[in-house]
Amino acid sequence: MTVHSQGAVTSAPQDAPPKSAGLPETPAPATGPGPTPPRGGGKSLPTGWLPYLLVAPAVLALATLLLYPLIKNVILSLQDINKIEFIQRKYPFAGLDNYTELLGDTKFWTVVVRSFGFTLANVALIMVLGSLIGILLNKLGKKMRLVLSMALVMAWAMPIVASVQVFRWLFDEQFGVMNWVMRTAGFSGYEQHNWMETGLSTMVIVTILVVWGSIPFVALNMYAGLTTVGAELYEAARMDGANGWQTFWKIVFPNLKPFFLITTFLEVIWVFKAFTQVYAMNKGGPDRASEILPVFAYVEGQSQAHYGLAAAISVLTIVILVIVMSFYFRLILKQEEEQ
Amino acid sequence: MRTRRPVRPAAVAKNLGALLLALVFVFPVYWMFSSALKPADQMLTKDPVFVFTPTTANFAKATGVENFWTYVTNSVLVTVGAVLLALLVALAASFAIARMRFKGRKGLVLTVMMAQMAPWEVMVIAMYMIARDGEMLNSLPLLTAIYFVMILPFTIWTLRGFIAAVPVTLEEAAQIDGCTRGQAFRKVIFPLLAPGLMSTSLFGFITAWNEFAMVLILNKDKSAQTLPLWLTEFMSAFGNDWGATMAASSLFAVPVLLIFIFLQRKAVGGMTAGAVKG
Repeated sequence: MTVHSQGAVTSAPQDAPPKSAGLPETPAPATGPGPTPPRGGGKSLPTGWLPYLLVAPAVLALATLLLYPLIKNVILSLQDINKIEFIQRKYPFAGLDNYTELLGDTKFWTVVVRSFGFTLANVALIMVLGSLIGILLNKLGKKMRLVLSMALVMAWAMPIVASVQVFRWLFDEQFGVMNWVMRTAGFSGYEQHNWMETGLSTMVIVTILVVWGSIPFVALNMYAGLTTVGAELYEAARMDGANGWQTFWKIVFPNLKPFFLITTFLEVIWVFKAFTQVYAMNKGGPDRASEILPVFAYVEGQSQAHYGLAAAISVLTIVILVIVMSFYFRLILKQEEEQ
Repeated sequence: MRTRRPVRPAAVAKNLGALLLALVFVFPVYWMFSSALKPADQMLTKDPVFVFTPTTANFAKATGVENFWTYVTNSVLVTVGAVLLALLVALAASFAIARMRFKGRKGLVLTVMMAQMAPWEVMVIAMYMIARDGEMLNSLPLLTAIYFVMILPFTIWTLRGFIAAVPVTLEEAAQIDGCTRGQAFRKVIFPLLAPGLMSTSLFGFITAWNEFAMVLILNKDKSAQTLPLWLTEFMSAFGNDWGATMAASSLFAVPVLLIFIFLQRKAVGGMTAGAVKG
């Protein structure tokens, strides 16, 4: 999912089971993946073909448009398809050639390291700053809280493609506001500073964009979560003489652990796959130095016409994602059991 | 804040910090709209101009491109089509998951959960090969189908929660009163699902409206492209038309901003309800 599609992710479950405010994706209490609790009245549920008929369209759609491309992706990654094979529609089997080529290529590992660094930096910034702003929201008066949350909602609602364009304009070499800000603040060398001169500086701009766009989700949810932590708990902590830091670790954090787990998990996935932000910002440039894995796969496939290789990159990306995800899935499942 | 206290420096700092943060978050949005309204000669200046006489020239240029209405039509068709399909299919599936016990139910729940994290951006190359071999490049129906499956897992997941929240006893009461199971669903559950249907369709709308990677690779033909690609049209190797880009971005963002502000009010309502009951 794209970063800005987060909107309904929070609001919907909040509307449904009111207690889970601030815990997006938390399954509704009645039907967890565990054993189904007995229904009122002990009415027997139909066990015939009806449920299968009802789920059939969804299963069919997921199989043809999600599972099939995934399988096709794996098959492609085992084929040697470049421009000529592509035009002739001949797809020779290549075994694991694409994988051995990738794994032996320093360029690939550079992109992997960059992807991890990018994800780590972004998620850390988003979680820390987002939580702090959420805490601030909780401590503000009514009016100031409205002002800040409206500003957060504006940033949250910006469509990604539009916000990428705005950031390109803010950081424009000749007429960008950022160069003016730097000059006004008294820094030299910002007459016509090219903010996207290197891969790293491009990544920094993308990071600012992603963090700016993602903080509202975390902050507003953090605030919603904080309102569910009973005031008497804070009161008790204050009576016991706890300072802000202790209150956070002893009261807030344990209470909001599911929120932190799920939000971090979602942010890792969203940032790791941030294709639009990176590609629309500078097409992975300059000189391919800001490519992260999805962009790397796209550029190899589309611009370089190495389709088999591109598919292998995407398979490896998915494998990495699954490894990271399984680690998190275990944490979340453990969390569910503890409750 | 319960008792009136003299102004403390900590409170001042807190409010100033909040104000500064609000400015930081809103500035890019403000700059987009204000740049869109700026006359060309005041746009390209080394020092930014903050006070100017607004003009609609940039909007005229942005909407004056050859395929503008094609982009609009395509975007609306694809987005609305995907959302409606997802609602229909998800309603059936989520009802079965929430209310019935059947073999494979757990597996399905897990699949839906996993499918929510599908790496669509990573699969573009495979999608491209499939579309080409099936002669479906530049196809709006294929794009609609892909967006439909992108938003389907979330829609199932959310509606399932909403259906589960409706007490079974309500349904049973309707059945005792002589409704069939189908009628009980239509007359009792469906109306209670309105908020759920609303927020899931808004979510679907935002996802499909924003999608960039798939349409970028699958639909190279301008007659089959959507608005996200239109935003990048005013960039060229010879220079960027920032005025038109900002106008296009503004027009693109307005529907989402409006939807979001509406949605946020509902979400905040839910939050406060939760706080009161919790």
